[in-house]
Amino acid sequence: MFIPFGIYSKNDVIKPKRDFVPAGVELVMSPIELIDADHNRVKLSNGQTLVYDFLVVATGAQIHPEQTPGLQEHEWRKTIHEFYTIEGALALAKHLRNWQGGRMVVNVVENPIKCPVAPLEFIMLADSYFHGQGIRDKVEIIYATPLPGAFTKPIASRHLGDILDKKNIKVVPEFMVMEVEPDAKKIVSYDEQEVNYDLLVSVPLNMGSEAVGRSGLGDDLNFIPVDKHTLVSPRYPNMFVLGDAAAIPTSKAGSVAHFAVESFSENFLRYIDGLELLPSFDGHANCFIESGFGKGLLIDFNYDTEPLPGHYPLPGVGPFSLLQETEMNHWGKLMFRWMYWNLLIKGQELPLPARMTMAGKWKN
Amino acid sequence: MATREIAGKTVEVNDEGFMANPTEWNQEIAVAIAAEEGISELTPAHWQVIDFCRKSAASNGSAPTLRAITNGAGVSTKDLFALFPKGPAKKVARISGLGKPEGCV
Ligand SMILES: Cc1cc2nc3c(=O)[nH]c(=O)nc-3n(C[C@H](O)[C@H](O)[C@H](O)COP(=O)(O)OP(=O)(O)OC[C@H]3O[C@@H](n4cnc5c(N)ncnc54)[C@H](O)[C@@H]3O)c2cc1C
Repeated sequence: MFIPFGIYSKNDVIKPKRDFVPAGVELVMSPIELIDADHNRVKLSNGQTLVYDFLVVATGAQIHPEQTPGLQEHEWRKTIHEFYTIEGALALAKHLRNWQGGRMVVNVVENPIKCPVAPLEFIMLADSYFHGQGIRDKVEIIYATPLPGAFTKPIASRHLGDILDKKNIKVVPEFMVMEVEPDAKKIVSYDEQEVNYDLLVSVPLNMGSEAVGRSGLGDDLNFIPVDKHTLVSPRYPNMFVLGDAAAIPTSKAGSVAHFAVESFSENFLRYIDGLELLPSFDGHANCFIESGFGKGLLIDFNYDTEPLPGHYPLPGVGPFSLLQETEMNHWGKLMFRWMYWNLLIKGQELPLPARMTMAGKWKN
Repeated sequence: MATREIAGKTVEVNDEGFMANPTEWNQEIAVAIAAEEGISELTPAHWQVIDFCRKSAASNGSAPTLRAITNGAGVSTKDLFALFPKGPAKKVARISGLGKPEGCV
């Protein structure tokens, strides 16, 4: 998210995996060829076969620009960009550094996508970036989404509904892109609406791993159905799916994966002792959203409760404010990089509960 | 939650007119909502899509995505737009008595 705007570099976001794997864990680096769940084994591309008692699948989601005609053709990484891969984000950063302005269209091809707020965050950071470059008056920003609006939940809409208006960002709702016409520089929807662009920033179709598809474990988008409270597969009682790879009705977000892992780890220890799984995962998500000009938003929600206003994590105190643009929320997001590399990824406990709480929130 | 009368039955609706309780739905309601959405007749092709959405929502807890509809109900996206013009995901969900397609905020 920060890379297209030159705020972070590649080295800020990539480190070798080996540095984070604890002693006692054998790390095998090889693509997965096939998960043979009927026989409890995983075939790797390096020829190895791993036999398991329990399997945790965490193969995430990847973008598929080739699924939209015209997207990944001769204008790809020229006038058509994406920021969901490191290569894409770096190419976009380069493009934006020299861009003289024009009409920038941000388009989500289809939901679900990783980090559903990422496109919103991207356009707000872009607005701020173009101001900084002194070219905001030469840039038109348009957000074309398949959803009925930029905000769809009633309370969040009431609090944030006009934020894009104020930033002079136009929303084209219910836009289901059918194809991109790279030479005419326009995107065309299934119901024949057209939006012209000078720069297209696409969030291509997100799908689960092809290995999941090959193994016959996924749904239409290669996401694996699991019980949404225990994350166990209904077909294979010794298979769990964590993070973006799972087909569950919550956001595909790092925070969700984190809370899911926390609730799963406790539950798994019970399970291998022969106890029943507790329905402990509540779909909790907690996402900082940069809104530009040194400010940020924060949302906190789960399966049953939509994002509400209030304070987080301490009721009445914060320091973070929910559904409100504040500087403190921005600092929260920046602090997160340190927390991620030093605490989170090493599995150290955060002083934040895995389950969502209503304390410090209000319902209007 | 507000209520309103559709096709002679009082049902719970949200402020955008989506039914709040899928179990209150019936076929007459579907016909009435379709008419409000500008679809004067529900053909077998419409019902194929509606039936698929009802079944899918009953097992997954939420209205299916467009891709799931096209794969599952065996209609092309283009045809789906012809059957339910201008925003099929939202229209089908409303006519099928299911919640509106939503993002997280
Ligand atoms: C631009 C952007 C901004 C985001 N911002 C936020 C944010 O602010 N907050 C937030 O909470 N989340 C955010 N997210 C979402 C977050 O990055 C993901 O939800 C999170 O990384 C999911 O973790 P995961 O472990 O499930 O999957 P991943 O991190 O995608 O990991 C999956 C791994 O599986 C590997 N894999 C896949 N298939 C195979 C195979 N066949 N063989 C071997 N390995 C395989 C992949 O290489 C990858 O390393 C953002 C995402 C993007 C793209």
